Amino acid sequence: MFGCGVYGFITRRNMIAILISLELMLNAVDINFAVFNRFLFPGQMEGMFFSLFAIGLAAAETALAIAIVINVYRAARNVDIRQLTKMKF
Amino acid sequence: MELSYTVAVLIIPVFMFLFLGIVGVKLSKKTAGILGTVAMGVTTIIAYAAALTYFFGTDQGQVIDGVRQQLTVLDLTWLEFTKNLVIKIGVLLDPISAMMLIVISTVSFMVHLYSLGYMDGERGFQRYYAFLSLFTFSMLGLVLATNIFQMYIFWELVGVSSYLLIGFYYTLPAAVSASKKAFIVTRFADLGFLIGILILSFYTDTFDFMSLTTDPQAAISTAGGATFLGCSVMTWALTLIFMGGAGKSAMFPLHIWLPDAMEGPTPVSALIHAATMVVAGVYLVARLFPLYAVDATALDIITVVGAFTAFYAAAVACVQSDIKRVLAFSTISQIAFMITSLGVASPELHHGVGYMASMFHLFTHAMFKALLFLCAGAIIHAVHSNEMSAMGGLRKYMPICHIAFLIGCLAIAGIPPFAGFFSKDEILVAAYANSPLWGVWMSVVAGMTAFYMFRLYYKIFWWNNPDYGHHTPHEAPMTMTFPLIFLGLVSIVAGFIPFGEFVTWNREEYVIHLDWTVAGTSIVIALIGIALATVMYRKENNIPERLADRFRGLWTAAYHRFYMDELYQFITHKIIFARISKPIAWFDRRIIDGTMDLLANVTNSASFAVRRMQSGSVQTYVWFYIVGAVAVAAITIICLI
Repeated sequence: MFGCGVYGFITRRNMIAILISLELMLNAVDINFAVFNRFLFPGQMEGMFFSLFAIGLAAAETALAIAIVINVYRAARNVDIRQLTKMKF
Repeated sequence: MELSYTVAVLIIPVFMFLFLGIVGVKLSKKTAGILGTVAMGVTTIIAYAAALTYFFGTDQGQVIDGVRQQLTVLDLTWLEFTKNLVIKIGVLLDPISAMMLIVISTVSFMVHLYSLGYMDGERGFQRYYAFLSLFTFSMLGLVLATNIFQMYIFWELVGVSSYLLIGFYYTLPAAVSASKKAFIVTRFADLGFLIGILILSFYTDTFDFMSLTTDPQAAISTAGGATFLGCSVMTWALTLIFMGGAGKSAMFPLHIWLPDAMEGPTPVSALIHAATMVVAGVYLVARLFPLYAVDATALDIITVVGAFTAFYAAAVACVQSDIKRVLAFSTISQIAFMITSLGVASPELHHGVGYMASMFHLFTHAMFKALLFLCAGAIIHAVHSNEMSAMGGLRKYMPICHIAFLIGCLAIAGIPPFAGFFSKDEILVAAYANSPLWGVWMSVVAGMTAFYMFRLYYKIFWWNNPDYGHHTPHEAPMTMTFPLIFLGLVSIVAGFIPFGEFVTWNREEYVIHLDWTVAGTSIVIALIGIALATVMYRKENNIPERLADRFRGLWTAAYHRFYMDELYQFITHKIIFARISKPIAWFDRRIIDGTMDLLANVTNSASFAVRRMQSGSVQTYVWFYIVGAVAVAAITIICLI
């Protein structure tokens, strides 16, 4: 699932799609945390809490990213990442 | 201790400096000036109270067995580096510092008052008063210092504030370069002072004046006969300290800043030349006099420098045409009198009268020189020129100023009963007691003093009547004439102060009795000088012209101050700048800067080479990132295995 996210992040052109790939990666990490915690350290809860925390962060981050995308769209009338290469040397 | 209120004379001026400096621009000019003057008035009253309590009170243990004691009325430890290396801040009252309190506060108050009229309507009036307060503060701090380090701090503060005041008209290039010159020359001299302090305290383990001077023989012998270039290190230390004093006191060859310092406002010249700055050097030598007294070599150096400067400055003063310059050179000459007097004041000769004479002359000179400068200010104010050619016949227009100036001239020429007579007479007694050579030498200089002062007097107030046009000169306003009247009265009576009772080198009482052979000679010489000036300058005539033509070479040389400035110019520009500074600058620019430039250039071109990587496409960055992360992970794993 993490690999899917990375692949999507690199290949997609639409910024929204890239955002979704990002979410995929985050969720993959969350699941990893939860699962590894369950199987390796069953007596402890840190991994669980960490995934909960990451979910919360992800929500905030998504909101922010969406806002950026909207603003970029307003400015450039475009959400194609390949054409948004103004930020270079 | 009760006398600890003396510290207020430092606090009030420094507070006024901060106050006027920070909120001064918000006040109206009048308020700022009056505030500054009132604060100075209060300071003066406190200074008088402290000095009079010190001299006449008995309840503080001021006098024990006929010897005036040195009282440390305030003693704070400021920095404690090690057990021995402690820097203190304090207030020391002893005869000379109490006397200086009176001199400085009186003259400074008069200058404050006078400036109300003189500086009326100038730009930066508030700034001017702030700087005046700073100047007074630093000078008072200098004289009240308990240790040589504190003195050095205030010494530098005096330098800074003189720089600020000389360059007060900072839009005039002449004023700017004059202030720079004053600062650099005195700084250069202070380098010697600092090295002297370091040597002195390295061997004696103390900065304190009291422990240095109570047993000078022991202090000198701590060096244990260490020598450097054929002289003992203590002689070097004392000579270097004197170099600092010579710089501030404008002794030859470090005098060049003082004539240029005339670019400042005239009341400032009065303050610099009468009460503050230039007497600092004399005061320094007087303060450390017990040390100098046991070191004959250092004393001889002082005497020679002083005597030569006195003659040189008097010779230059005889031909200058700018009235402030004449007064400037006369100041140099008179300060040199004081320095010489200290130099010839070996304790075994005539009860060390030279020390007392020097301080006495400092006191009287402060009064009449301030008077002369303030008069000059009033005259310049009236005719709007410094040149004597623009004056003449002013006695009808400015009667008060005329009388005051005449008193000042009589005082400086040494005619009884004016103040200068008594103090100069004591100096001559001391000089004759030391050696007839110095006696005759100083008598000649005294005669020249009388001549050039009366030349100045006649040129201003008699001579001819130039056409003043529709602008007739008139008497200055009350705030300006009052200081003239006051200082004039002081100049008449100051000579009758039994100064020997108050200030002597060993702080015991010394009764002045006039030696009429010396006094008579000096009066005759002064009268000859005056008579000569009267013949030459009373009425417009061509004697001066003819004389100048006869001795054209000498006259031109003296007019150009014997080319001292040109010599300095030559040394600094042709030798120091061209031969020393240029190579150093080349080394700095090519080698040191070159290395740094090389580093910067390499970095710059390297970054140009790799800037293509910043393509602006986010996904490329991600590729780099992933590859990097994988590489790091791979390396870690390899290392772990």
